[in-house]
Amino acid sequence: MAKKNLYEEIIIAGFGGQGIMLAGKLLAQTAMDNGKEVTYMPSYGAEVRGGTANCMVVISDESIASPLVTEPDTLIAMNKASLNKFANRVKPGGLLIMNSSLINTEPKLDDTIEIISIPADQIALELGSGRSANMVALGLYLQKRELLTAEAAAKSLPDILAKRHHKTLPVNIEALKQGAEFAKGCTV
Amino acid sequence: MSPRTLMTGNEALAEAAIIAGVDAYFGYPITPQNEIPAYMSKRMPEEGRIFVQSESELAAINMVFGAAATGKRAMTSSSSPGVSLMQEGLSYLAGAELPNVVVNIMRGGPGLGNIAPTQSDYFQATRGGGHGDYYTIVLAPSTAQEMVDYTQLAFDLADEYRMTAMIIADGVLGQMMEPVVLEKRPKRKLPAKDWALTGMKNQKQKVIKSLYLPEGTLEEHNCKLQKKYKKIKDKEVLYEQDMVDDADVVVVSYGIVARSVRSAVRKAREEGINAGWLRPITLWPFPSKQISKAAEKTKTILTIEMSCGQMVEDVKLAVNGKVPVEFFGRCGGGVPSVDEILEKIKHYAKK
Amino acid sequence: MQRNNMQAVFERTPILKDCPTHYCPGCGHGIAHRLLAETIHEFDIVDRTIGIAPIGCSVLAYDYIDNDMLEVAHGRAPAAATGMKRTNPDKIIYSYQGDGDLAAIGTGEIVHAAHRGEQITVIFINNAVFGMTGGQMAPTTMLGQVTATSPSGRDALNQGYPLQISEMLATIPGVGYIERCALSDVAHIKKTKKAIKHAFKRQIDNEPGLSLVEILSPCPTYWRMSPVMAMEWINQEMVKVFPLGCLKG
Repeated sequence: MAKKNLYEEIIIAGFGGQGIMLAGKLLAQTAMDNGKEVTYMPSYGAEVRGGTANCMVVISDESIASPLVTEPDTLIAMNKASLNKFANRVKPGGLLIMNSSLINTEPKLDDTIEIISIPADQIALELGSGRSANMVALGLYLQKRELLTAEAAAKSLPDILAKRHHKTLPVNIEALKQGAEFAKGCTV
Repeated sequence: MSPRTLMTGNEALAEAAIIAGVDAYFGYPITPQNEIPAYMSKRMPEEGRIFVQSESELAAINMVFGAAATGKRAMTSSSSPGVSLMQEGLSYLAGAELPNVVVNIMRGGPGLGNIAPTQSDYFQATRGGGHGDYYTIVLAPSTAQEMVDYTQLAFDLADEYRMTAMIIADGVLGQMMEPVVLEKRPKRKLPAKDWALTGMKNQKQKVIKSLYLPEGTLEEHNCKLQKKYKKIKDKEVLYEQDMVDDADVVVVSYGIVARSVRSAVRKAREEGINAGWLRPITLWPFPSKQISKAAEKTKTILTIEMSCGQMVEDVKLAVNGKVPVEFFGRCGGGVPSVDEILEKIKHYAKK
Repeated sequence: MQRNNMQAVFERTPILKDCPTHYCPGCGHGIAHRLLAETIHEFDIVDRTIGIAPIGCSVLAYDYIDNDMLEVAHGRAPAAATGMKRTNPDKIIYSYQGDGDLAAIGTGEIVHAAHRGEQITVIFINNAVFGMTGGQMAPTTMLGQVTATSPSGRDALNQGYPLQISEMLATIPGVGYIERCALSDVAHIKKTKKAIKHAFKRQIDNEPGLSLVEILSPCPTYWRMSPVMAMEWINQEMVKVFPLGCLKG
């Protein structure tokens, strides 16, 4: 059987301040830098801060239809509210990555959906940078899906991270690595 | 090939305007196009060019009017309610025959509506919008890359025909990020702006106006404008199409919707349905001849929009009763999904 | 011909075209046009001056004043002038606006052009009435003044008080110079000329801020007066509500 063309739809969701948009943009930038077609769509609402934040990324080998994702292949849920909002939309055979530092129970989903819990905040805190939980989760995703690598994301990161934050590059790159290592550990 | 850059549609459009040599940007904040003035407020001074945040859209379009009258490349951008406010200026710009570029990143209406993406300003854009017999050129990009390409084309078309060229897109196209190549398009050969107001250095007085009081003069002016519009209709239609020749259903859509239509048509073909698609790129001038031609071979034309049915009227005029013209629309911020479109294609293919 | 022996003591200024005007007998626009044209001529700036004609009786100003001109929508002259001046800082940009244009429909545009401190020159003709549309009430119409839309005379309770827009504008930091003048007699006309020249000189010298000259100007037709009575009415009545003098700068 011919391999199906790559068409991966991802939703990354959490609350404002968790670096949701940055993770999405980094994924998009990495995809672009590695020759893929990609779209990134931020949610935009009347609330500027404090609300939920989510973004949609589509990665493909060919031109992308809609940047809007209703049923993702992968959901990265960084808090409980976003898990509740999006978990039921994950496609059969899809992947759910949930931040177990902030979510205590796994949802009941279709058996074909793989669920990986990762204590992203805890891992980030151990690295000395609580704000890098987004990178931990993204590192896990990259290793798990094998469309792109955490190393590639580390290479693309300086283009996405604002210059004034470049001193946090090493810790964020380490967070990506730790996420990837976590994925290796849970691959049975 | 030049390197790709990840940019929002709004920013890609703004940078393209700078590449096209825009001398001045005037605008007023409104969602979902705020990235454009924010980008311009930084980049225009870097380039030694003009950025002014106006007190209203009414003022913005009249600042464009003033700058354009001196032969400068001027633009503004807004979203639906703001573009409504600009209609006075657009009518005067048409009457005075001044080149300019106006961007409408459409949102929901009527009234304050919402800030979600729609295509419900099609009528306003393609029917002139303000008072009097006039049109504006309307370009509808569907990717961030086309925001780059057609913004540059808009400045050339505006200069060539001395009129407004409008870019209409929606909140999704404006807000989404996509890789773009920021390349300068080859510029058209453009006529000299010998009509521009510069002061009377070694020349006679020049007046730019839209008032024609003596009997017969306005009719003459209107006829001249219509002649120009006809020339544009003959020369400047842009569209693309695929799999139309053997199609039982041809889907007509524009902008962001056309991307999902393309996918849906591909899926329909995979399922053995003879579907095709046609996408107007210029909404005015409208590709009426091309749609009429498609209607000669197909059984049904299906129009899909993010509105309650606006472009479908132009499609019907083009088809002129040859085959049924069906419509599916989402409105108020709804975006038709690939699956929804596929369902509609299947439905009409069976009929 | 005897002409050779004659000496010209008063000539048509070259910036005014040699043609009859459409203005009513006793109208102030002709005088204001002449002062403006003299100023452009005396500063020798016609090669870099662009004027903006308003909507109102003076919409056809470009038929009389011989410089490059743009005609804009009612009230929008200060916005168009902003677009012109910002993209052409070396040009001299002026707008010529009536009271309906500047003080009613274009209030937003003049306030914000002033607020941004646009380096433009505004000639503001206040004749207390909408002229071109048939003598309707303007924001500057005097209390008790009979117009087409205040047939019993302007009533403060119902129609508000005359708007002193120059006083309002003078409070804005972006304004460099405001003076109110009148065309009511020779002495006042001379003062008006001086003010117009100053308003242009400031722009020529690249001095900061907006310059505006408000000119109380007679409209005998819609004031329902003879031209002489109209001049007297400015001196006796209008100046009580619109006091003359420099308001700023």
